[in-house]
Amino acid sequence: MYAELILALVKIALLVGGLMTAAAYFVLLERWIAAWVQDRRGPNRVGMPLTKIKLFGLGQPLADGLKFIFKEEYTPAHVNRGLFVLAPIMILASALAIFAVIPFGSAIPGQPIRGWLGDDSDRPIELIAAPGVNVALLYVFALSSIAVYGVILGGWASNNKYSFLGMLRSSAQLIAYEIPLGLGILGVVAASGSLELDRIINVQADTGVWFALAQPLGFVVFMIAAFAEAARLPFDLPEAEQELIGGYHTEYSGMKLLLFLVAEFLHMITASFLIVILFLGGWHFWGITGAGEAEVTWLSAILRIVVLMAKIFLVILFFMLVRWSWPRFRFDQLMNLAWKVMLPLGMVNLTAVAITVELEHTMGLSRWLSVAIGWTVCIAGWLAVAWAAPLAGDNRPRRELRPYGIDSQV
Amino acid sequence: MQPNDPAIRWAEEPKLGLAGKMYLPLFFQGLTTTARHLVSPKVTVSYPDQEPQIDNPLIYRGVHRLNKDEQGRVKCVACFLCATACPAHCIDIVGVESPWPDREKYPESFTIDELRCIYCGMCEEACPVDAIELTSLYNLTGRSREEMVFDKEKLLSVYDETKDKEPMRSLPIAAPRPE
Ligand code: SF4
Ligand code: SF4
Repeated sequence: MYAELILALVKIALLVGGLMTAAAYFVLLERWIAAWVQDRRGPNRVGMPLTKIKLFGLGQPLADGLKFIFKEEYTPAHVNRGLFVLAPIMILASALAIFAVIPFGSAIPGQPIRGWLGDDSDRPIELIAAPGVNVALLYVFALSSIAVYGVILGGWASNNKYSFLGMLRSSAQLIAYEIPLGLGILGVVAASGSLELDRIINVQADTGVWFALAQPLGFVVFMIAAFAEAARLPFDLPEAEQELIGGYHTEYSGMKLLLFLVAEFLHMITASFLIVILFLGGWHFWGITGAGEAEVTWLSAILRIVVLMAKIFLVILFFMLVRWSWPRFRFDQLMNLAWKVMLPLGMVNLTAVAITVELEHTMGLSRWLSVAIGWTVCIAGWLAVAWAAPLAGDNRPRRELRPYGIDSQV
Repeated sequence: MQPNDPAIRWAEEPKLGLAGKMYLPLFFQGLTTTARHLVSPKVTVSYPDQEPQIDNPLIYRGVHRLNKDEQGRVKCVACFLCATACPAHCIDIVGVESPWPDREKYPESFTIDELRCIYCGMCEEACPVDAIELTSLYNLTGRSREEMVFDKEKLLSVYDETKDKEPMRSLPIAAPRPE
């Protein structure tokens, strides 16, 4: 009876501790990559506290955290105090709560641990804080939408036009990107027949075909939408430093700013968890981790955790490299991309998936044929978008303008 | 200026091909550029561990020095041109009648507030006798504000310190000029 409770508390402690540490170290990684891409060296001085050991700057997150804690926390006089305080709490709380249903491994054998806790069953211990939630995906998306409330409240409460603009952009972006995101997920849900993240991984592990391979178009759509959801470049318009001085968190300082920044990194971690779990096979890797329902041993459990973490690390690395690779989209381009490109492509993908799933059930369509269909649809859809080119605007100079006509154009 | 002004050169945006519209070239270009820089040699100088390489010490604008002529006297003739040119007003000169026959005045005291100085090099440009010069000493530190106000002795000692590495940019005034 108490065993489950204790296990849940331990898992929560592990998750929160692990996530906060991970977020801190991803900040360091981001700074390193930013530096390396710009031919600099990045933070490499701060090592172990009170010693002279440098450790490639691995002590930097600790120093950053301390700095934030001891900074003056300044609340401008013109803000709406209640909402101003509520916003960072809300954004961090929802970013953390999402992880309740996200598996951070497969399962570990229950034997000795349950014994210590006075539980006589030896069911394996699933590595999810709240195992068996059968609407896990809905929960994730409900909460990730609430996180945007934090942004909106922060921007509104700050009572500052830059924050306000960032918040407006964030709301518009949210509406534009929830739909392709949902369409990308629907394909996975249709193919796996479940909203439970564990089940989705198991289906991929059993068939050995990751959904990124079976539905490449859905993968691309979901990936792009996930970047926009996490507000990473090239879609970081809500906080575009060059235009908005940081956007919705312009007026924040000290711990409150820290909460915002950590939440931002948590969003990125969530996005990579979802990309990996939904499309890249979760903890599955051919020939290493075995099928979904295989017997849980310590070896396979640890291998699965390692594979999952490695994949997530690689996806986050990709997030960080993308940041330095492409320029930011203009806002109208962003909207065009969402409504004119990703929405139709998501629909096309969903239709294709629905048809192949139906054919697999009724006519026994072979798996490889459905993968081939997926790729054909992806290439055809992409070509169609390129041919129609809804994003390629006409930027040619307008020579026929009469004098002073330019003003009316603007 | 009006849109039909002949002086305006209108640039045409290049037309995108099918591949361009598919975003593929941009995608790979961006990633390869990033990846190339990720591994390329770094330009950062890890300063205290590694001294920066100053390409040409003769044109570097670091700590000032007051040059001496071949008899070891200060070259300055207290003309105040440097103090006038200085945009930061950090040069303070007290000029008195010179004990030497070759000039009318010389500086009894000459101080530069190195903290106010913006290292623009105007003083060096202004000096008619090349008495004041900026050296390549870049790591200037001090424990108090007073310590950072360099007086004549200090400025002359900077000259002694750097004269071998950085020769004076002109000949001594007493010597006949080549032209
Ligand atoms: S370098 Fe510029 S600011 Fe400094 S003393 Fe000379 S003229 Fe003044
Ligand atoms: S310009 Fe040269 S000569 Fe004149 S006061 Fe300054 S340092 Fe002396």
